[in-house]
Amino acid sequence: MTEKQAERVLMKGNEAMAEAAIQAGCRHFFGYPITPSTEIAAYMSKRMPKVGGTYLQAESEVAAINMVLGAAAAGVRVMTGSSSPGISLKSEGVSYLAGCDLPCVIINVQRGGPGLGGIQPSQADYWQATKAWGHGDFQILVYAPSTVQEMVNLMMEAFDKADEYRIPALMLVDGLLGQMMEPIAFPEKDLSTIPAKPWATNGHKHKREHNIVNSLCLKPDELEQQVIARFARYDIIKAKEAQAEEYLVDDADIVLVAFGATARTTRSAIDMAREKDIKAGMIRPITLWPFPEKVIQKAANTAQCFLSVEMSMGQMIDDIKLAINCTKPVHFYGRTGGMVPMPVDILGKIEELARGLK
Amino acid sequence: MQDTISYEPLLCPTAATVITGHYGSGKTNFAMNLSLAYSRMGKNVTLCDIDIVNPYFRSADFAPLCEEHGIHLITPPFANTNLDTPILTRQVDGAITGGECVILDVGGDDAGAVALGRYQEKITAREDYQMILVVNQCRPLTATAEDAVAMIADINRASKLSITHIVNNSNLGPDTSIEQITKSLDYGEKIIELSGIPLLYQAIPRKLLDPICAGDAPDHRLLQLYEERKIFPVDIFVKTPWSA
Repeated sequence: MTEKQAERVLMKGNEAMAEAAIQAGCRHFFGYPITPSTEIAAYMSKRMPKVGGTYLQAESEVAAINMVLGAAAAGVRVMTGSSSPGISLKSEGVSYLAGCDLPCVIINVQRGGPGLGGIQPSQADYWQATKAWGHGDFQILVYAPSTVQEMVNLMMEAFDKADEYRIPALMLVDGLLGQMMEPIAFPEKDLSTIPAKPWATNGHKHKREHNIVNSLCLKPDELEQQVIARFARYDIIKAKEAQAEEYLVDDADIVLVAFGATARTTRSAIDMAREKDIKAGMIRPITLWPFPEKVIQKAANTAQCFLSVEMSMGQMIDDIKLAINCTKPVHFYGRTGGMVPMPVDILGKIEELARGLK
Repeated sequence: MQDTISYEPLLCPTAATVITGHYGSGKTNFAMNLSLAYSRMGKNVTLCDIDIVNPYFRSADFAPLCEEHGIHLITPPFANTNLDTPILTRQVDGAITGGECVILDVGGDDAGAVALGRYQEKITAREDYQMILVVNQCRPLTATAEDAVAMIADINRASKLSITHIVNNSNLGPDTSIEQITKSLDYGEKIIELSGIPLLYQAIPRKLLDPICAGDAPDHRLLQLYEERKIFPVDIFVKTPWSA
């Protein structure tokens, strides 16, 4: 994809994801506003009518996610967006979407929790997104952009991959990314590559058999086979779709792992550490499911220890330990409740670890 | 020609200056810059954050800067906290009624301008007030002059006040260039032509000011604006955690 340099614009992360969805062919948005994700709905309410699409403010998050299910079953590109408490409300619908093998894109602009929590940024919905966003055996694709430009690029990719694998895709961002403004360009998007959906319940017109989209299956042996087939697809996704960015990892004694906005403060901390001759580097997971295990495993061959930096009490740290089978120490630094790990504080933790190495 | 350091735009402080604009046009950063400029004139400035729309990146972030320059800052008690309730305190009423030089930083679009309605009588009771519309061509929903002008009626209706001046603050954030600003001059002129509202300032990042002061600009209109002291140099105060 080439970015049209001549048409650079200044956009908030939330607006940029909404526009990227429209340019990816999404014409259906169902949602319910909540800080700090409201600009997604506000932007869609202005843009959708102009592109012949549908913006609908549902009566609740539960209604919105079920509208997403209906539209996805009809074979169109559809999305919703919310923030942490609203995302929890959607969990039943997400499980049904997974059980129906339906593609859609959902944005979670995370805020501090649990409960109603606060409105400042957070990454504490990591476990929910990657492990158990609803009942049953299932996974969803989880993307974690760290710039507004990457929010645009991954939003478009999320629609493509959701369709390719018939799976819900989540954009897991935080309030800081959703609210910040950066100059961006929209890649030219070729909509002719959207795959056909012969399974869609969009009217048989007496020319084919009825299509049925449903997650209900009362025969245990059949349900087991459905789930096993779905997990075979997950294996393909794990093999092909994991993404990560490496920053100064090759010679690093201390490898920090951070995603989203936290990766940006972490990168500043690494630059400060390098100026003090501390060999620190960073792996930035771009997909959280599938988790970029291979990149982390490779770093474990050369790194002395890992440091997981998160806007939570420590959730991704478990996946780092699993990826390297606990062969190296994995430390943690984080802030929560809406507080952001600042470069100087991360540097303090790096220096503390560096003293332990010597 | 003046040199960069001594250059000040033509400043006409009124009792109340209301700063409105499209969502994300740069109102808050401009409000801080204007507050500092009025303060340098010796004015007793009160900056009121009455943004009831935006949860992040707001005037409340500038508290230390305001304190350093003797600017009285009034922010909602919820600003930058975890309380999701827009509250405007009685301090704002007092500042509008009695402040020497009050600058109101309003939330974006007509949705943000709604907050002005309750202050309309107090604002119009002052002997003079300015209501500025900040515009930015690089924002997709207001990228054409027609779109920008369409918002004027919406903001006037929501605020029960009338926009009196335009500030062309077209910018691409950290990537703002003199070429991009030059491209926005036509946009600014078209807004003025369509709306009949005069230009107060062409905003330019301070780092791009030197060549213009030296008489070097890609468009003669920039030099003319400079001669008329309608170039307003802006410093960027909105910071991200990684640039802090």
